[in-house]
Amino acid sequence: MESPARQKALAAALLNRATLWRQAEERAQRLANTRTGDAADAARLADDYRLLAHDLARARALMPESRTREYLESAYARAHVTLHQGAWHLGSMLRRLLREDIPAAVRWLLPYIAWTSCLFVLAACAGYALVAHYPDLIALVAGPELIASVERGKLWTEGLLNVVPSSVLSVQILTNNIVVSLFAYCAGFLFGLGTLYIIGLNGFMLGAVFAFVGQHGLAQQLFSFIVAHGCVELSVICLSGAAGAAVGEALIRPGAAGRRDSFRAAALRSGDVLVACAVLLVGAGLIEGFISPNPHVPLGTRVAVGVGYWLAMLALLSGVPRRPGAARPQTRRD
Amino acid sequence: MSQVAPGLIIDSVTGIDVSLPVAGPGVRSFAFIIDWHIRAVLALGWYVAAGLLYNGRWSLSAPLTNDARWFATVVLPALAIYFLYQPVAELAMRGRTPGKRSAGIRVVTRQGGPPGAGPLLVRNVFRLIDSLPAFYGVGLTLVVFTREHVRCGDMAAGTLLVYERSGADALSPEAAAMRLGALDAAGAEIVADLLQRWPALTPEARVRLARAVLQRYLGPAADLSDADELQWRARVERLASR
Repeated sequence: MESPARQKALAAALLNRATLWRQAEERAQRLANTRTGDAADAARLADDYRLLAHDLARARALMPESRTREYLESAYARAHVTLHQGAWHLGSMLRRLLREDIPAAVRWLLPYIAWTSCLFVLAACAGYALVAHYPDLIALVAGPELIASVERGKLWTEGLLNVVPSSVLSVQILTNNIVVSLFAYCAGFLFGLGTLYIIGLNGFMLGAVFAFVGQHGLAQQLFSFIVAHGCVELSVICLSGAAGAAVGEALIRPGAAGRRDSFRAAALRSGDVLVACAVLLVGAGLIEGFISPNPHVPLGTRVAVGVGYWLAMLALLSGVPRRPGAARPQTRRD
Repeated sequence: MSQVAPGLIIDSVTGIDVSLPVAGPGVRSFAFIIDWHIRAVLALGWYVAAGLLYNGRWSLSAPLTNDARWFATVVLPALAIYFLYQPVAELAMRGRTPGKRSAGIRVVTRQGGPPGAGPLLVRNVFRLIDSLPAFYGVGLTLVVFTREHVRCGDMAAGTLLVYERSGADALSPEAAAMRLGALDAAGAEIVADLLQRWPALTPEARVRLARAVLQRYLGPAADLSDADELQWRARVERLASR
């Protein structure tokens, strides 16, 4: 066993290296906050890291209750973080997100997309059938002003631009849609039930409103209104719902990884598509604010815009066009 | 002195683990309140400044009709500042915000590094759930009752909030050295060796070496009066324990 005097001597020898710790900490802090072109300076950080690890191990043994040990813990942690932090290039990060991460996440979500789309369509059919047979049920999903307008033979969208400017309308719509889309994803936290509710409710409302306006001979006008933006908007709601369903399934059936790890993996993996969803909904909101309510835009143009934007969405989600010769990224397996 | 704080322990290639103390509900709330005030003041400041410029007089009244320019220049930026403050600040400051910085905490991954854009966005999207039903009810409850003090967004993103320990908070190593007493490293080694070899030395050597050591490290204050061997040893031990 070492005598107290010997321990003290070792501690004193350790403390003589304080200047080196200071330099190491200063270098770690500097490299954490700024870029350097000096490779030697960056390489010295690795030496600092070993030095701090060595001295921290001795400090933990010799003076575990000291503030010197705390100082070394701090300096060592800072050096560790600085040494292990990746490069931060926003441009390359976005490129990787668009070219690799989003397409991979969408491929992984394909079964969920299929199921949530089925749910949406079924809910829409149910809404349509119920309101077709019991028209009074429209009061469940539509406000009195909308009902009164349709009963007067006018869509509520007519003259919309006389009341609200296109830009304001666009922002209101895209904000609302993005919030709905994010909620459909986050609600997966409630074991997927929240997501299923949001998808089902939106489908039910769409079907019910179509049945109601159809009873008043306005179905074609409504179709004309929504075709330009609706293709992408509804697809994106199903997509974010699929992401939420994946999160929900990870909680219900976590597998060998454990519930928390499984939830984390699913949330992170499916979270990539939310960026695409938000971008697509901004475009859909602009279309809905500027083109959809404009009575001077013919139906053919609306269909072309809707289909064209939907195809652009498919291209974004599938990662095409890809650079010539670029390898198809592997789907991640967690 | 505090013990090694419980928190995130990360394995390292050096074999010496890295310990990052996890921030609890108190300091998290403190950081949130500071950030909330900052974003509220910024959003309100923008609204007031842009509103005054728009009206061209001391009035903040909104136009009676739906004016796109009012919405785009006054309302929308203020809302964007308020709602996008957290994710933008965390992205720009790599897991920190002004509030977190003043509270001395930051967001890290389970590997201890700063999170990428994906985890930070997911973490912030889940505020929709954490803020339910009001005043961050879900998030605060989870932070209080989970072992690592994480809210739903942190669970989803695989992030933690840890204390950003500053070296300036710790006693400087030089100051700690002063506390060790009159001996420098070499002196402590000499004294330790002397005490270790004491039984093997001749009586004359014991006294001679003890006198030399005491004289060297205590100078005029050294008690060098004649004494027996046991007293000389006690004097050296006192020097070692000062």
